[in-house]
Amino acid sequence: MTDATTTDLAPAEHSDHHDVKPIRKTAMWVFLGSECVFFGAMISTFLLYRNTTNGGPGTELFNVPFTSASSFVLLMSSLTMVLAHNAFEKNDLRQTRVWLIGTALLGSTFLAGQIFEFTEFVHEGLTLSTSPFGSAFYMLTGFHGIHVAVGVMLLAAMAVLSFSGRLYDDRGLNVELIGLYWHFVDIVWIVIFTVVYLLQV
Amino acid sequence: MTTTAEQQAIRSPGGRGVWAWITTVDHKRIGLLYAVTAATFFFIGGIEALLVRTQLFGPNLEVLSAEAYNQLFTMHGLTMVFLVVMPIAAAFTNYFLPILLGARDVAFPRLNAFSYWLFLFSGLLIYSSFVLGGAPDGAWVGYAPLSSQLTEVVRMDFWSIGLQMLGVASIASSANFIATAFTMRAPGMTMLRMPVFAWMSLVVAFLLIFSLPSVAIGLFQLFLDRNFGGLFYAAEAGGDPLLWQHLFWIFGHPEVYVLVLPAMGIVSEVLPTFARKPLFGYPFVVFAGAAIGFVGFGVWSHHMFTSGMGPIAEAGFGVATMIIAIPTGVKIFNWIGTIWGGKIKFNTPMLFSLAFVAMFVIGGLSGVTHAVVPSDTQQHDTYYVVAHFHYVLFGGAIFGYVSGVYYWFPKWTGRLLDERLGKIHFWLALIGFNLTFGPMHILGLNGMPRRTYRYPEGLGWANWNAVATIGAYTILAAFLIFAWNIIRTHFLAKGELVGNDPWDGRTLEWSISSPPPVHNFDEIPVVHALDDFWHQKYAEDEEGRAVRMPEVAGGALTVEKQTGGDDEGHGGEDMHMPSPSYYPALAALGIVIMGAGLIYLPWGFIAVGIGVAIMMWGLFGWSLEPVTKEH
Amino acid sequence: MPFAAILAACSGSGSQTALEPQGPIGRDIDGLWDLVLMLATGVFIFVMLLLVWAMWRYRERPGDLSEPKQIHGNPVIELGGVVFSVVLLTIITIPTVRSLLDIRSEPVGPDVLQIQVTGHQWWWEFEYINEIAPDGRTLITANELHIPAGVSVNLTMTSADVIHSFWVPALNGKRDVVPGRTSKLTLIADEPTPDGEPIPGQCAEFCGLAHADMRIKLHVHTAADYATWVQEQLAPSVQPAGGSALEGGWLTFSALCTTCHQVTLEDIEGELVTYGPERHIVANDITFRSSFGPNLTHLFSRGTFGSGTFTLDADHLSEWIDNPQKLKPMDPDRNDLAEGFVYGMPDLGLDPVEIAEVVALLETWR
Repeated sequence: MTDATTTDLAPAEHSDHHDVKPIRKTAMWVFLGSECVFFGAMISTFLLYRNTTNGGPGTELFNVPFTSASSFVLLMSSLTMVLAHNAFEKNDLRQTRVWLIGTALLGSTFLAGQIFEFTEFVHEGLTLSTSPFGSAFYMLTGFHGIHVAVGVMLLAAMAVLSFSGRLYDDRGLNVELIGLYWHFVDIVWIVIFTVVYLLQV
Repeated sequence: MTTTAEQQAIRSPGGRGVWAWITTVDHKRIGLLYAVTAATFFFIGGIEALLVRTQLFGPNLEVLSAEAYNQLFTMHGLTMVFLVVMPIAAAFTNYFLPILLGARDVAFPRLNAFSYWLFLFSGLLIYSSFVLGGAPDGAWVGYAPLSSQLTEVVRMDFWSIGLQMLGVASIASSANFIATAFTMRAPGMTMLRMPVFAWMSLVVAFLLIFSLPSVAIGLFQLFLDRNFGGLFYAAEAGGDPLLWQHLFWIFGHPEVYVLVLPAMGIVSEVLPTFARKPLFGYPFVVFAGAAIGFVGFGVWSHHMFTSGMGPIAEAGFGVATMIIAIPTGVKIFNWIGTIWGGKIKFNTPMLFSLAFVAMFVIGGLSGVTHAVVPSDTQQHDTYYVVAHFHYVLFGGAIFGYVSGVYYWFPKWTGRLLDERLGKIHFWLALIGFNLTFGPMHILGLNGMPRRTYRYPEGLGWANWNAVATIGAYTILAAFLIFAWNIIRTHFLAKGELVGNDPWDGRTLEWSISSPPPVHNFDEIPVVHALDDFWHQKYAEDEEGRAVRMPEVAGGALTVEKQTGGDDEGHGGEDMHMPSPSYYPALAALGIVIMGAGLIYLPWGFIAVGIGVAIMMWGLFGWSLEPVTKEH
Repeated sequence: MPFAAILAACSGSGSQTALEPQGPIGRDIDGLWDLVLMLATGVFIFVMLLLVWAMWRYRERPGDLSEPKQIHGNPVIELGGVVFSVVLLTIITIPTVRSLLDIRSEPVGPDVLQIQVTGHQWWWEFEYINEIAPDGRTLITANELHIPAGVSVNLTMTSADVIHSFWVPALNGKRDVVPGRTSKLTLIADEPTPDGEPIPGQCAEFCGLAHADMRIKLHVHTAADYATWVQEQLAPSVQPAGGSALEGGWLTFSALCTTCHQVTLEDIEGELVTYGPERHIVANDITFRSSFGPNLTHLFSRGTFGSGTFTLDADHLSEWIDNPQKLKPMDPDRNDLAEGFVYGMPDLGLDPVEIAEVVALLETWR
């Protein structure tokens, strides 16, 4: 008699084996819940310090058109992520790989834009130790960038694994779970972009 | 197979040897690892407290320098909160959550192991500071800017990095337990048929998920201030030191419920068992626990009543704090209602659970006095607060966990702890505890601030301080007896052997062998009611009294036999338990090496690199290996 | 309230207890405490009676084979418990909020004595901003606070380094002293204190090594005595003339001690000079005049030193100057005055003769 509640059963021998996806999705959602508080705390700190410039530069440094462009790039990467997941559901490994790589490339482009932006700001005199504003800005956008970078690494890893047919549905961080993570990182950016760059009251 | 040789300690089923324990992914073994580690840290934290109390035995003593004293009380707090109470709760949750839910393991066994190893290695790293220039000395709450001062001394970096890593371990555990409770309950076990202990573990997991990130950010910011010129808490640059307090207490307050709710869950299992009645008002107890957790997110600034937030905020948080007293009161009344009309057996686990109720009432009431903001301005940062939180965390949480040890010891080891030694432990602990912390209420009201390495003559504090110190040594005696009881019962195999169900219990763990097989249940039970195991044994007559049903041959009550299973986890046909793995321990090791490197920047970057590499090796190995290896 | 008085009586005279208030705000808080204590004790006794009664009445008796009724709950009792709790808490909340708003209201008007407080690691600095000498100096002193009885004293406080907390339990609750911010605390004392028996207080927020030794001594005077004290303090101390017996001490003092300590002296020609560094700490647009160590003008008018920790006399002071860290735990090796980091008084490497000379000089500044 099949054990209906054992996790991680060896697949294929049990035709009616328990679907483990809800377990992993639950865990991913829980993790994303904690990430909400994580970014929420940083956004709160930023809001507290948005005008504490300690004599240094402030939001006038921002180049909103440029950042809008890189935000658009990140937004498009969510679209390619959806396409990757769709392809995976249809068992089209080649398409999946294409869209995974595309997502990773778009994510990397976003990161390149961030790095360019930061080096500009540093030249203009805004560093982590210029002011609480500087500290809060770099911490918030820096951590977001780290999350994007980790996502890019995971996407690349999955793309590589797809070559050897080791992209599973029922174990490890699969395409759907990475998708959830990636969309979350994108949504966080929407909030950051709005609060940091657009809301300049 | 359990051995029944009288002279041998019964081994926990599974592989033998140190490597088997390092690579274990069995939730029961991980639970035992947590328990032993927590117990060790409890003694270390206790010694720290004894040193503090010895220094305070009389006015102006010179047993400890101020420098040593500040390290000892900081480490005492850090140890007890993060390295004792949280892990002992994790020990119980690890061991019993799956069994109480009728499952074979948690959702992510390797992640479970990872959490343990990260906890152990982080604790060891923090403690290594004692021999590497000094332990953290900024109090367990590490208020900025005191904690961001003296950046050339790394003590507070041990603290901030250590706590950060412990937080990661807890978040991983919490995600694990939530996934387990939501998706792996036995058929028929609805949420409202879960035992209260399972409910409390679930609430606690949610509290940690949503509170830890706040202190994580606070700690990252502190780390940046200390090491990279960050200005988050730098008043001279316009930074706000109170930001630290908010970020810390948004975690810190839910944290205290994290510490006590699992103990409340244990009490909610022990009292019904030894009163032979169900828990009075189960839905209310569950709901009250959830309410305490939820409202607990709204009261954090009651730790900041003297910080200058303004009367509106102070009044608001004061009222919110009073509201928490309501669900707490509900639980107290329900526990009394549980034993009311029962048939009470006063064995050691029951005594500790009853003492929990009494001590928690005292601690809860002194907490209500803190909610009275003007009074709190006199009580805050004095020994009155020290009294309050020790009543709820020691007389409360620790007594509850000790009750759990006496209650579940036979399930873990197949042997009963000695009752005589247990009762001596109990009375010495109860008396010693009250002698130590009762007078602290008076000391605080008489003006003695906390975190002070000495006090002068002439303020009338000497006598009560002396009493408190004597009480502390009494507690030591009590717990030495406890340790002896454990060693004698299990390791020296002198304890009375028992079968599945020594207490005539109500919940599923008593339906399986003591200790349970690796796979927990030969057949996953189908649950029909709350306290399902009890209902398999007892029906009710017209008056509602329990009536023992005749045993049905071959039914669930016959002693669990493994059907052809062995110690390696092969529990019969179709049962593939997750295989052991060293990757979780490896990944944890990598993270802690990384942490050590961060403490010793800039040349620590080498260690950071090595740590990252090891961590990646562990993580990749972990994701690529199959869960169940073919044999 | 008898119980509270018993608790306080165990503490002895000259005590730092909150339970024997010596001013109206302290009494307000204490009155609220009495009410809450009474209710809490009542609840405690009630719950304990229930618990102990249940334990006794329903204990397992030998030979009793009956089983208890498996009662699952009683919603009426549940609701009753909730209502009971809500009623009690409401009874507490109303006077709590009222008292809170009372004690937080800042006294205003020309009769209020305004004092600015700067918390340091590990001493207190007091600037009486409305007590002004003819030459424009405000009255600055350290660790010992003098106030007139019956007058509202408004403390405006900030910190030069980490968070401290100002606390004189007999008069009011404590208030944190935070760098970069100002906080307010009102003190009102009923009666003058006997000579040499100030009301004690202490820093109440952990602030490092010598947190335990950061004490406050509050002297309450009649209006007349207070005015006299102000006059005496505003007058400068005397700078020794060249060739006087105290010149040796003065040479040492002006070379070493004025690195951190301020002192205002009148020299033989009647010139007023303030020696020592001046630090300005600005918080909330308020400027706090400060220095790196306590102001030493009229040092020997005080009864204690080391932030209220040690009795002030020649012997103790000599011990202190010889090796300050032996008396009070500090970390002066990490001092960096340019950056504003001060962790205590260093060992100045003076020999006993030099120390005796300096102490003799200081003794003349009463």
